[in-house]
Amino acid sequence: MAETKQVIVSVKRQAGPKEGARWEEFSLRWRPSMNVIICLRDIAENPVTRGGQKTTPISYDSNCLEEICGSCAMLINGRARMACSALVDQLEQPIRIAPMSKFPLVRDLAVDRQFMFESLKRVKAWIPIDGTYNLGEGPRVSPEIQEKGYPLSNCISCGNCLEVCPQVNEHNQFVGAAIISQVRLFNMHPTGAMNKSERLAALMGPGGIQECANAQNCVHACPKGIPLTESIAEVNRDAWKQALLGWLAG
Amino acid sequence: MRQPKIIVVGGGLAGLMTTIRVAEAGIPVDLFSIVPVKRSHSVCAQGGINAAKNQKGEGDTVDKHFDDTIYGGDFLANQPLVKRMCEAAPGIIDLLDRMGVMFNRTPEGLLDYRRFGGTLYHRTAFAGATTGQQLLYALDEQVRRHESEGKVKKFEGATFLSAVIDKGGVCRGICAMDLRSMEVKTYAADALVFATGGNGAIFGRSTNSVVCTGSSQAALFQQGVDYANGEFIQVHPTAIPGEDKLRLMSESARGEGGRVWVPRSPADKRAPRSIPEAQRFYFLEEWYPKYGNLVPRDIATRAIHRIVYQEKLGIDGQPAVYLDVTHIPRETLDRKLEGILEIYEKFCGVDPRVEPMKVFPAMHYTMGGIWVNAEDQATNVPGIYAAGECEYQYHGANRLGANSLVSCIFGGGIAGPAAVKYAKNLEKGAESTPSAVFDAERKRQEEKNQKLISQDGSENPITLWRELGDVMTEHVTVTRINKNLEMADAKIRVLQERSKKINLSDRAKWSNQTLNFARELENMMVLARVITLGALARNESRGAHYKPDFPERDDANWLKTTRAKWVNNDIQLTYEPVDISLIKPRPRRYDAAK
Repeated sequence: MAETKQVIVSVKRQAGPKEGARWEEFSLRWRPSMNVIICLRDIAENPVTRGGQKTTPISYDSNCLEEICGSCAMLINGRARMACSALVDQLEQPIRIAPMSKFPLVRDLAVDRQFMFESLKRVKAWIPIDGTYNLGEGPRVSPEIQEKGYPLSNCISCGNCLEVCPQVNEHNQFVGAAIISQVRLFNMHPTGAMNKSERLAALMGPGGIQECANAQNCVHACPKGIPLTESIAEVNRDAWKQALLGWLAG
Repeated sequence: MRQPKIIVVGGGLAGLMTTIRVAEAGIPVDLFSIVPVKRSHSVCAQGGINAAKNQKGEGDTVDKHFDDTIYGGDFLANQPLVKRMCEAAPGIIDLLDRMGVMFNRTPEGLLDYRRFGGTLYHRTAFAGATTGQQLLYALDEQVRRHESEGKVKKFEGATFLSAVIDKGGVCRGICAMDLRSMEVKTYAADALVFATGGNGAIFGRSTNSVVCTGSSQAALFQQGVDYANGEFIQVHPTAIPGEDKLRLMSESARGEGGRVWVPRSPADKRAPRSIPEAQRFYFLEEWYPKYGNLVPRDIATRAIHRIVYQEKLGIDGQPAVYLDVTHIPRETLDRKLEGILEIYEKFCGVDPRVEPMKVFPAMHYTMGGIWVNAEDQATNVPGIYAAGECEYQYHGANRLGANSLVSCIFGGGIAGPAAVKYAKNLEKGAESTPSAVFDAERKRQEEKNQKLISQDGSENPITLWRELGDVMTEHVTVTRINKNLEMADAKIRVLQERSKKINLSDRAKWSNQTLNFARELENMMVLARVITLGALARNESRGAHYKPDFPERDDANWLKTTRAKWVNNDIQLTYEPVDISLIKPRPRRYDAAK
């Protein structure tokens, strides 16, 4: 009889933001269509390392498990990606799993991405409607605009684009590609366009769009295939135009 | 004047709509959610949202939407509120449109509509195949705007443990746990709205997200909030089997022309594309010529089970059938269904534009939920309201596709103002409640945590959960047989006993996810029993509830709402009449037009 196939997983452990980090290795029973989430659940069910040491279940964020909630972003074999769609059979072993490095650590693989939601506030990423009472239909939108806007509105705030960006570091509060792309989305909408200049202004100054150094890592790391570099280029043009016009107007 | 305070628990569509309505009324809201609200399970809704706008000139009307919903729900829903929902639906679409949802458009720039199950009209507005995500984001953005103006305070990463109820039986706040610090705290409020979603985790694997455990509903139930029609669980006909999750393949695939089939001969091992048309069995189209692939979900699910388990025609002898969209032009697929086709491609490694998908039914939605009244989403406990999937009001014995998003937004839109009105009219607000009431509840919850953390048992919570899911999926989903239901209930009680010996394997007081899961599991088992006992008692077949030993709908004995109560620490089933004042019940069949 063939030996049961095993999956070797190595996880970076850290009990809390101020605790030291260590790596733990686990040997799990292989099954078809296994993903990294299943590995983490297996460990929770039997928290024993490959060396036979008892340990604790691993803390991590997850929710939808179909790559649309944005929860389970982590570094898998060094790459920022979603754990649910990281299929074991497509990964080199031992599979090395670590938390994202650009966000404050909570415990093990769980990090705090509140910065992204705060940035959405900063750029006023919403349509300022008058109220939820009945005011009739919205503005007409051409299929062309819809086909441009819809992909942008797929952003799941996973943070992968920030994780891979060299400009996101301890010296810099760069808002990142996802947020800039949201500005493009809202500025494109007929009602949203009324507050276009406000959003562009919010993208100037510390941490704003000028921090982008055009490394273009973001667009490759985006699990939703959002044209992030295109968004940055377009918003950048608009922002410069606005700054220049402001300067000319004195 | 006293400034009232509202707490909303749950940040999916219903909770966010509630929050917006309360904030608009100028009342401060505390919004509690386990996950950042943008990551709520509403993002998983795919196909669309219903409203009879008659935008295709087919003669669709609000009355037809209303009739389809009641008929689809096999006459178990109270009718007046459903009618109000259908009337409000076109306005809800307008509102979402104004919020900037990137709905698909017609060449004229109007909203496009597609067909969905249980109707013959193009009634479903959609944003690709990720409509729930797009709607959730629109409401999330509006709430963020109110938050930045100081009207909403979010408590993300906090889980609801229990309600704080005073000696007079009035709810005065909640007890919640921060999932990082594990700190248990109470929060006072004059009214509470629960929008805590579904309970798929009770079935182990489902189309639901990880947080959909039904734990909050179960906790409230054990504090005296009644639970209605728990036995009505929707099993979606088309999902991708998986070990961690059963990933939904939206009804919109069939709405856009997708066809369900199996090879006519079980011995046929050819690749699906090389099987000639005549040797394919399009069983839904043959059995239900009028609705075809767009029969309601309970009908399609039972048909697939029949094909697999009775006719033994599952693909390769496996529990699977083909969902085929390969005949639809690629351009249409990418414009209208890309989101779900990508999910299939990513998780199965096969391009569904080229190769038919292999799918099987999966637990998807609960029609049952917290009992609320027929006017304003109030539960039987003063001060507690509920909206969205966690309550039972709108879908009867079976929910029609694309009706869930509309019911969440409609329900939230009612619950918010109702909670405000209640809070404003209170003679004495939560501030008058003695602090001892809050302290006692906090202590009760802290002691539970302490016990779980310190006990040295032999049972693993994940193992118990898997066993719970297995027994629920096998016996309490598509086909229900009384002796099996009795067995299932006995098994759940054994699991409850075993859960007293849980070992968390983690004593940390920081981000201890196992502690929270063990608490949820305890609640899931209570709700599992409510579902199972409700199913056991109901000796008829109606909508999603099917008993081969009682194959007919029995209006004489069972046209009534199950209302479970928690009495002396146990489940008691009571019944109440259904409001059928607007449409007289008639036999429900989908092989011919209604």
